[in-house]
Amino acid sequence: MKQLIQKLVEIPGPSGYETQIRAAIRAEVQPLADEVYVDALGNLITRKGKLRSGQHNSGEGQRIMIAAHMDEIGLMVTHIDENGFARFTNLGGMRTRSLPGSRVRFVNGPIGVIGLERTIGTNDHPTMTQMFIDLGVTDRGSCPVRVGDVACFERQFLDMGNRLIAKAMDDRIGIYVLIETMRKINSTPHELYFVFTTQEEVGLRGAAPAAFSIDPDLGLAVDVTSTGDTPKDKKMETTLGKGPAIKIRDSKMLSDPRIVDWIVRTAEKSKLPHQFEILEGGTTDASAIQLTRAGIPSGCISIPCRYIHSPSEMVDLHDVQNAIELLTQLLSEKVILQ
Amino acid sequence: MHTTNESNQTPQVGAGQTSLLERLCNASAVSGDEHEVRQIVIQELQPYAQAIKIDSLGNVLVTREGRGTNRLRVMVAAHMDEAGFILTNDEDDGIYRFEVVGGMDVRFLLGKLVWVGRSHTPGVIGAKPVHLLTSEEKKKTITLDSLRIDLGPGNGNQSKIGERAVFATPFIHLGNSLRARALDNRLGVATLIELVKHPPDNIDLLAAFTVQEEVGTRGASIAGYSLNPDLAFVLDCTSAYDLPAWDDSENSQYNTQLGAGPAIHIAHKPSLSDPRLVRHLEQTAKVENIPYQIRQPGSVSTDTGTIHKQRSGIPSVTVSVPGRYLHSPASLCRLSDWQFTLALIHAALARLTPQVLATER
Repeated sequence: MKQLIQKLVEIPGPSGYETQIRAAIRAEVQPLADEVYVDALGNLITRKGKLRSGQHNSGEGQRIMIAAHMDEIGLMVTHIDENGFARFTNLGGMRTRSLPGSRVRFVNGPIGVIGLERTIGTNDHPTMTQMFIDLGVTDRGSCPVRVGDVACFERQFLDMGNRLIAKAMDDRIGIYVLIETMRKINSTPHELYFVFTTQEEVGLRGAAPAAFSIDPDLGLAVDVTSTGDTPKDKKMETTLGKGPAIKIRDSKMLSDPRIVDWIVRTAEKSKLPHQFEILEGGTTDASAIQLTRAGIPSGCISIPCRYIHSPSEMVDLHDVQNAIELLTQLLSEKVILQ
Repeated sequence: MHTTNESNQTPQVGAGQTSLLERLCNASAVSGDEHEVRQIVIQELQPYAQAIKIDSLGNVLVTREGRGTNRLRVMVAAHMDEAGFILTNDEDDGIYRFEVVGGMDVRFLLGKLVWVGRSHTPGVIGAKPVHLLTSEEKKKTITLDSLRIDLGPGNGNQSKIGERAVFATPFIHLGNSLRARALDNRLGVATLIELVKHPPDNIDLLAAFTVQEEVGTRGASIAGYSLNPDLAFVLDCTSAYDLPAWDDSENSQYNTQLGAGPAIHIAHKPSLSDPRLVRHLEQTAKVENIPYQIRQPGSVSTDTGTIHKQRSGIPSVTVSVPGRYLHSPASLCRLSDWQFTLALIHAALARLTPQVLATER
């Protein structure tokens, strides 16, 4: 299992440039799905379960969309200067303090290191316009990248036993949960759409159009969430290793309480560890799904994760395994919302 | 319905097009009151279109169907509106308090001439004269609430709250350059008018002259929803801040450069261009020998911001004519950049096939 996680996190796929990660996911899910297609914005949409013939809420089975995003935060080149240094801007919530000294890999191959203008003092907070990517060349003509090229962190997957560290755990670990859930589900009364979305990190742009075309009865996202369990951390209940977190709210969504209830009941019935999540800053694809068309009851299962949007995001293996088990239980049985 | 075969010709920017641009630039169309530009668009396109639809927000939608099978339905949008002012309070005898509409640097406003309302009533944004300024006041930045639009006392010139106003800058042709207010985005409107007059016949051209772009790309979202195209191109005008740096260091934040051809947007604030459409534009430029530039990724927004998220998603890209000093009393562009923009978008449309969207991103 760790091999697949390693494969997923190490592929570069910044927002809008998900081609390579999409191909890798597609190879995994093709044998597990009844239908696989790519939509206009690049979302990889897979169906598992019979196409429902009747109207919404007509019988036992529901049409359920489960989303995890393929993209990760990244950088885009804005200018190559006369000495071959590449200036850049961000794609998604890149934290400037993570950047100096970091290595980045371009989706078309080249690797560079991020440098800082020397006028910046050690106590200053530099902006991205005061940084550059050094690709080891000496002039503009030999620079292997051009304006508009995209890169993301270059960092190896690290297996620490129960704890796993990598760039892009956000949200390749969610992708992994979806793939393994597809593998585990033997039969389902539902028409399930596992959707691997694009452009989440730049504003949830892939999920809403996917939800529009699928028009589901229920929406779920699987994504990472912050924790409050590191030294002098902000106050937050969620803790690494205490099970998948059931989202109650984040900065853009109030989960449908019936969905929260359904997830809790299912977890208790299966004796799966779980915790709640109230996230002050940040959101997921579920908030975009929720407001699509006439509104779609939505919720989210989060994988607790430390150091989100840094080159070393950490998750707990048991949380991942329990999320797969929980999602499998949820999607294999009849859904009762009350 | 126009029946000549001129639709297969490649449109050119000549004296007729420049004079149309002049009329468009001298018209007022502050967001929410795009009437004057809309009338020119309708008047120009009446002979060419079977039907011209004005939708609920005031977008002008014109369809020109192509010939043959497997035609892509291609939306091409250009916003008609511009940033400007709106009168908010009548303080008697021709004096009005006002707010800005769209992105505007208040430091530009002092002492500028304006045209108020559809009648283009002349006014001035007055300020305290230098003789009366204290040394303290000279150091301060003027705030919007201390400024008024003055139509002149005692002459009966009246306007009313809600009327829009724009900088009173007439269009002028300066050799290889054009200078006017609102080149953003009358250049896009003029380009789209030429496309509707000379549509490539391999596609269905769905032209959208949109409203309220400057206040949040509002018109384009409903136009994208109702046209429901396979893909969308947006024609706009984007900033060029390509002047030399004061200390002779390399200018690395120019956004675009005048004279370097049409600017293809790869990424801006509310949307990422579809990489297949960026590639298609670049390949077209190379095949047709048209110069082009990549706009520096970052900030700004255009109509693609709301179009690409409509319905099940719409692959989109923006192509802009670079212009200096946008949203100010006088912006400047190079005639050749406009000519090459028209040539590029027309050729790119003419080379479009469903295969472009069938390839990997």
